[in-house]
Amino acid sequence: MDLIAAESVNPLLPPVGEIIVGLITFAILAFVVVKFVFPMIEKTFQERRNAIEGGIERAEAAQAEAKAALEQYRAQLAEARTEAAQIRDAARAEGQQILEELRTQAQEESARIVARGEEQLAASRQQVVNELRGQIGSMAVTLAGRVVGESLEDEARRRGTVDRFLDELDAMSTSTPSTGTAGGSTVYVPEGDR
Amino acid sequence: MTSSASALASVLAVESDPGGGFVSPTIAEFYPPALAEFSIFGIDFTITRITVISWIATAAILAFLVLASRRMTVVPRKSQFLLEGSYSLVRDNIGRDVIGPKYKQFVPFLGALFFFIIANNAMSIVPFFQISPMSKFAYPLVLAILVYILYNAVSIKNKGLGGYLKEVAVPSGVPIPFLVLVTPIELLQVFVIRPFTLAVRLFANMFAGHMLLVVFSLGTVYLLGKIGENFSFVFAPFSFLMALFMTFFEVLVIVLQAYVFTVLTATYLNGAVEKAH
Repeated sequence: MDLIAAESVNPLLPPVGEIIVGLITFAILAFVVVKFVFPMIEKTFQERRNAIEGGIERAEAAQAEAKAALEQYRAQLAEARTEAAQIRDAARAEGQQILEELRTQAQEESARIVARGEEQLAASRQQVVNELRGQIGSMAVTLAGRVVGESLEDEARRRGTVDRFLDELDAMSTSTPSTGTAGGSTVYVPEGDR
Repeated sequence: MTSSASALASVLAVESDPGGGFVSPTIAEFYPPALAEFSIFGIDFTITRITVISWIATAAILAFLVLASRRMTVVPRKSQFLLEGSYSLVRDNIGRDVIGPKYKQFVPFLGALFFFIIANNAMSIVPFFQISPMSKFAYPLVLAILVYILYNAVSIKNKGLGGYLKEVAVPSGVPIPFLVLVTPIELLQVFVIRPFTLAVRLFANMFAGHMLLVVFSLGTVYLLGKIGENFSFVFAPFSFLMALFMTFFEVLVIVLQAYVFTVLTATYLNGAVEKAH
């Protein structure tokens, strides 16, 4: 039997048939795994890598997009702020200008009003003085005629008397040194009336 | 012997001594009776129990690999995870880390080696088989010859026959007088010792592991049969514990030897693809 033969066998010298059987067995396994199994695993690894890399890429893209949007908003905000400041400054300047104009206008107006009032005042004063001078002259003549009578019929005398009287009146009046000199001319108004 | 013990003994293929003494297992363990014998072109083929075990182991690992690699998904299931983990071990930790940048072309061969060896090794502790085809020298020898052919072919392809022989025979950095010693050693090392040790390392580990398991298993059976005589009741449990311990140890050897064989192959291939230094 084999067992008896086996006692004399060297285990390091296998029969050729056994080597061939072992080779075939290994060849079958190697063929199947190399042809079908390992490519599937490599494909899965590749898919997984793609999935992970794709995810990272998508996340990066989203982040970049968000960053860009943020930058845009910031730029817009800064622009709006600048614009608002400009508008404020312009409004302030305009208000200042308007105020200035109004003030000038008002000053001019008031100056004008004052000037006109003074003019009117001067004119009416002149009128009043003129009127008073005429009336006072005729009243004084009438009064003096009544008091003195015929002595005043003499033209020359009458004129001198009246002129003296008026001069006295002028002297009595505090405000009329100028009107005093013009007194001679005023005498003719009542003279013309007579 | 009790009837159950003798049944177990027959499973473990051991002869009992007619005189009743313990018969230690012999090398006959590895030469079971032929199941079929035939001859093709003058070469004798003997199909034994161990041959069939190698077919079963190969078929089993193939079935697992093919089934697990079917409908693979980006998010792995349990079997796919196991498959990917062992493949990645060969691809990245052995192939890429040992061979370097040109590792991709060798990964399929390394993977086939690793899965073939680990499946056949594992048969040494699978119940009812309990012997690894790798404890038959023919199987490691086949693998070692393939590795031998591969690393020599790759070396010659990359460096030319002259360049390869020069690199092996005249290692750089060795002073000329020492070449008298170094050159024969290096040539012997690369072309004879390397493939031989590669095959013997795997074979001897599985051979010795099987012998240890058989010795302690049969010892337990024998001592249980002799219970009541001598101190068998003390030694039988001890023998059983040793058998148990050696089984766990064998698990380590199964994985480690498959790994070592693949790593050494990768190391030789690294030498073949790298420029001389």
